Amino acid sequence: MRPAVRCFGLAAPLLLAASVAHGIEQGEPRSGIAFASPETRAMQADDTANPGLFWVLDGEQLWAKREGAAQKSCGDCHGAASASMKGIAARYPAFDDKTGQAVDLTGRINLCRTRHQQATPLPHEGKEMLALTAFVGFQSRGLPMAPPADPRLAPARAQGEALFTQRMGQLDLSCANCHEANWQGRLGGSPITQGQSNAYPLYRLEWQGLGSLQRRMRACMVGVRAEPFDYGAPEFVALEAFLATRAKGLPVETPGVRP
Amino acid sequence: MPRTLINVPKTAKAGEIVEVRAMIAHPMETGQRMGVNGAMIPRDIVNRFVCTYGSEVVFAADLWPAVSANPFLSFSLRAKEAGVITFSWTEDSGAVHVATADITVT
Ligand code: HEC
Ligand code: HEC
Repeated sequence: MRPAVRCFGLAAPLLLAASVAHGIEQGEPRSGIAFASPETRAMQADDTANPGLFWVLDGEQLWAKREGAAQKSCGDCHGAASASMKGIAARYPAFDDKTGQAVDLTGRINLCRTRHQQATPLPHEGKEMLALTAFVGFQSRGLPMAPPADPRLAPARAQGEALFTQRMGQLDLSCANCHEANWQGRLGGSPITQGQSNAYPLYRLEWQGLGSLQRRMRACMVGVRAEPFDYGAPEFVALEAFLATRAKGLPVETPGVRP
Repeated sequence: MPRTLINVPKTAKAGEIVEVRAMIAHPMETGQRMGVNGAMIPRDIVNRFVCTYGSEVVFAADLWPAVSANPFLSFSLRAKEAGVITFSWTEDSGAVHVATADITVT
C-alpha cells in the first residue's frame, strides 16, 4: 500500500484545485473495466486467462464440502448453485430479518456457517471465503446489479452515502471527491474511475490475487491516510449498500480483473 | 496439486496454426519479500514450463522471480496429427505438475 500513499500525496493538491464536478448523476454509471487497458479487459473476458476463475473453481469444491457440527454442505441445503444462487449477488447487501441489519454476501455466508452448518465463521479475506463469494457471485455474472427495493435498507444506504461524502484522513478527501467529482481524471497516471462495486471479489494485478470490495475500500482509505474500518464493520456494509444503489444496472462481472 | 487452466482447441485441420493457453495457480514467491517479524519468505516459484505434442517438445520456457503470480502463457503450434498435448510446470522444490489435452486433427 505504500506506493498508493505516496501517489495520493502528490495528487491531492491537483484534486483540491479541480473545481468542475462531473457527478455521475449526469451520465450513465460506468464499470471500472471500461477504464482498463485492452489487455486487462481481454484478461477479464477470457475464462482461461482470468485468474479469478481459480477461486471460482475452489468455491465450487467448497460448495459441496460438509462442514460444522451439522455436517451439511452448502449444496445439501441450496442444491445446484447455478439455479439457487443465480441473481443473488446482484441484489446484495440485503436485509437479514433475524439480526435486523443489512448483510453483505460475506456476512450472509458466515450466517449460514454459524446458523445452519454450526461451524465457525470464515475469516473475511481468507482463501475460503473469497472462493465462496467468487463462486456465488459468478452465478450472477452478466446479470444487472439489482439492489432490492426494501425500505428496511434505507438507513444503511443513508449511512453509506454519508460516509461516501464525508472527508476523511490526513488528506481530507471523501470518496466522492475522487469517484464522483473526478472520475474522469487520473491519479498517478491511472484512471480514477467511478469506484463501482459490480465486479467483486476481483483479481487485482497489484495484489497478485483475489480481494473483496472491503479490501479495495480499505486501500482507498489508507490512500487518503485515514484509519480504515475493520473487515466486516457495519460502516463497510453500509458503504456497500450505498455503492450497490449507484451500480444499479451495471452487469455483475465477478470475478473482475483490475490493474 | 495447484489448479491449472489450459485451453487447446478440440479439433483442428492438418497444418492449421492453433493458439494454446496455459495458466497455473501459483504464488510465484520471489524470495525477496519480508513476512511477519522481518523474516524473509523463502523463494517458491515455477521455474520451468514445457509443452509437448505427442513426443515432441513444441514450447518451453524458463521462468524467473519477476514473473507474476498465476503465470499465464500463450503460444501457437501447428496441428499435425491427433494426439495428446502435455503441459508441465516444474517448481523450485522439484515437484512437477502436469495437465493434458487431446487434440483431433482432421
Ligand atoms: C484520492 C482519490 C480516492 C479516494 C478519496 C477514494 N478512492 Fe476509491 N479508488 C481510487 C483509485 C485511483 C482507484 C483505482 C482505480 C479504480 O479501479 O477505480 C479506486 C478504486 C476504488 C474502487 C474499485 C473500482 C473498481 O472498478 O474495481 C472502489 C469500489 C472504490 N475505490 C471505493 C472508494 C470508497 C468507498 C472510498 C471512500 C472510503 C474511496 N474509494 C476513496 C481513488 C480514490
Ligand atoms: C442447513 C441448511 C443450510 C446450509 C448448510 C447453508 N445454507 Fe445458506 N441459507 C439457508 C437458509 C435457511 C437461508 C435463508 C436465510 C436464513 O434463514 O438464514 C440461506 C440463505 C443463503 C443465502 C442468501 C440467499 C438469499 O436469497 O438472499 C446465501 C447466499 C447462502 N445461503 C449461501 C450459503 C453458502 C455459500 C453455504 C455454504 C457455506 C450455505 N448457504 C449453507 C440454509 C443453509
